[in-house]
Parts: sequence; structure tokens; C-alpha cells
Amino acid sequence: MNVPTLFGLCGAVLVGLGLYGLVVSPQPLRKILAFNLVGSGVFLLFGVVARRGAALGMGGDPVPQALVITGIVVAFSATALAVALVLRLHDMTGAATLAPADADEPPVA
Amino acid sequence: MNLALLFDGMLVVLILAVAVWTVTVRDSFAAGIGYAVYGLLLALAWVRLAAVDAALTEAAIGGGLTSVLMIRATVRLRAGEAAARAATPGPLPRLLAALLGGSVAAGLALVVLALPDPAPTLAPQVAEHIATTGLGNAVTAVLLSFRAIDTLLEAVVLIYALIAVWTLTPDRFWGGRPGPKYETDPNGMLAYLARLLPPIGIVVAVYVLWVGADLPGGKFQAGTLLAAMWLLAIMAGLTEAPPISRRWLRGVLVAGTVVFLAIGFAGVPLAGAFLAYPEGFAKPLIVAIEAASMLSIAFTLALLVLGPPERRDQA
Repeated sequence: MNVPTLFGLCGAVLVGLGLYGLVVSPQPLRKILAFNLVGSGVFLLFGVVARRGAALGMGGDPVPQALVITGIVVAFSATALAVALVLRLHDMTGAATLAPADADEPPVA
Repeated sequence: MNLALLFDGMLVVLILAVAVWTVTVRDSFAAGIGYAVYGLLLALAWVRLAAVDAALTEAAIGGGLTSVLMIRATVRLRAGEAAARAATPGPLPRLLAALLGGSVAAGLALVVLALPDPAPTLAPQVAEHIATTGLGNAVTAVLLSFRAIDTLLEAVVLIYALIAVWTLTPDRFWGGRPGPKYETDPNGMLAYLARLLPPIGIVVAVYVLWVGADLPGGKFQAGTLLAAMWLLAIMAGLTEAPPISRRWLRGVLVAGTVVFLAIGFAGVPLAGAFLAYPEGFAKPLIVAIEAASMLSIAFTLALLVLGPPERRDQA
């Protein structure tokens, strides 16, 4: 096994782990955190693809590397928006989870 | 070679252990701390993958800003923590979720093992054309020349995200200051660090921006560093977040995108295409875009962390 493959497998496990956390965590913030794990796993897979494309003295293919940098920044801005939404929801309703407020109403799928 | 693989193996084990802990730990505050550690470890993985630019970004944004954002939010939601924890799903949904996560991970692992060899790469094309940009850092050349449209749109996405966060402002606070007024001991450690670190941080940020043309670095890393320094001063109570209605603030926020667009459109008559740089002027124009973008990125990122306004502008 070589280095890129090792980190590639790591990225694959991170995506699965994040998906698990996204489903089972009741707290919205923990879901956002888990979603960031999925994202970082995907970015890591990108890094592996970049590393495998190393050529002509470059440590990796610079195109996927540049896209990952863009991706990390965009993921952060989406995370900030999600956190702001959760905090506003909490301020308005006092809700601590994303469960529907009225138990009699069927949850919206 | 084997020793290096051993180090990488240990790093992967550490990353996965911290990730498992972040997902499973009971206390959400601890999960936020765990994510900071995770971001730093992941930055090491990026170094091992020879992507130092991405490592700097991951350490600054993944390990730094995202964790600050999360920890601040967890503290505010602490009251609901017990109620939320009680809603943890039972064993069967957890098992199904584990099956889902496991099968997606297994599928991706199979893809990783089946990646084509030799790998497709655009590195030769980049190497062939990098001389026309006058840059030495291939990643910066991709970001600001070959794929400049992506970077331009990303700057726009950042501003849209900030506008979206601001739209969550309660009506009575519109135009006010984001975040609470931080009161800390003026002689305490935090205030001391907030006086000591920003001058160093600003110099390092300018350096990271400048060398970004030829070495790992650039506007995102430098902007994040500046944002962190500003947040430190705000959270230590040394300065206050500005009211979002200030014209200078809005000017700074869009300056990077405006400069980027102006240079992009100037390329239509001067170089024959949108975002094309006239021959011989590529590097100075790219440095100008980076410098303007660094300030806009720094202010946008810091204000994204601070969230919507929470109090009226009393100044």
C-alpha cells in the first residue's frame, strides 16, 4: 500500500463516519459538525487524486488542489449560515432539536 | 519508505480516532474542541499529500474558524443540550445508520483501490502555461489565472452567505452590531494575547499573501489569519464589531469582488476575453486581485463567525 491509497481509505472512512453522525446526532450543531466530516473526507479524496497526478516536479496535480481550497472556504461559509439558522431557530422557538414542534402533527418528510 | 508509511499509518489512526470521538462524545462542547484537533491533524495529512496550500487553508479554516464558530454556538445552546441528548435514536436506527455509513465508506474504499494507473493529471498543461502568468506557485496560477472564474464565483458565494446570515437579524437589531459585547479582564491573559499577537499576525498575513505568488500561501490563508486576529481583539473586548450598516464596512466587503470583476472585464478589450490578463501584466494584476480580496475575505470570514447583529448600534 502506498501513501495516497492509505489517505484515500482514510477519506472513505471519514465520509461514512460523518454520514453516521449526521443521521444519529439529535443536536443540529452535531449534525453540522458531522456534515463537515463528510466534506473533509471528500476533500481528502480530492487530495489523493491530486497526489496521484504528481508530474514534472509538482508534488500533485495543482488543479484539484486549487479546487479543494475553494471548496474548504465555501464549506465554511455554508457552515456559518447553517449555524446562524440553528441559533435563530433556537431564539425564536427554544427548540433544541430539529423534531417537529407539534407532536400531534405528522412530521414533514 | 517504510518508516514514512508507519508515520502516515499512525496519523490516519489518530485522525480516525479523533473523528470517532467528535461524532460519539456526549458533550457537544467537547465535540467542538475535538473538531479543532481534527482540523489540525487533517492539515498534517494534507502536508503528507504534498498539498501545502490546502494544508494551510485546512488548518486556518477547518481547525480554526469552524471550531470557533461551533464552540460559540454550543455555549449558546447549552440550555437545550440535555433535552436534545434525550432524543438520541434507539439501537435499531443507530444500527441502520451504521450500515448506511459503512456501505458508503466501503464503496468509496473500493473506488480508491480501483483508481486508474497511471492517474490522469493536468500538471503537464499547467507546467506548460505557467510561464505566461509569471507565477511560481502552480496552485495560485490555477486559482487566479486558469480557473479564475471559480475563484471569482467563490468570492461572490462568500458575500451571499454573509447576506443570508444577516437576513436572520431580528427587525429591531437591523443595522446593529453582531455578537455580544465582550467584557474581559483588561489585565488578563486573553487581553494580553490580543495585544501581543495581532501585530505579528498582520505581518505574517502580509508575508503569506506576498509569497503566495511563488510559494504555498495566498489570499485565503492570509485573509483567514487576519480574520482570526480581528476576532481575537473583538473577543478580548479590546474592540467592537462594527455595525453592519456602516458604508465603509460594506465597501470593504465587496472591494475584492469589485476589483476582480473590473480586471476581468478590462480583459475583454485588452486581452480578448473575460478574465484574460494582457501579456506581461498577469502577475501585477493577480497580486492586485489578491491584495484586495485578502481584506474582503478577512472581513467576510470574521463577520460570518460573529453571526447576525444582536444589539443596537449605540455608538
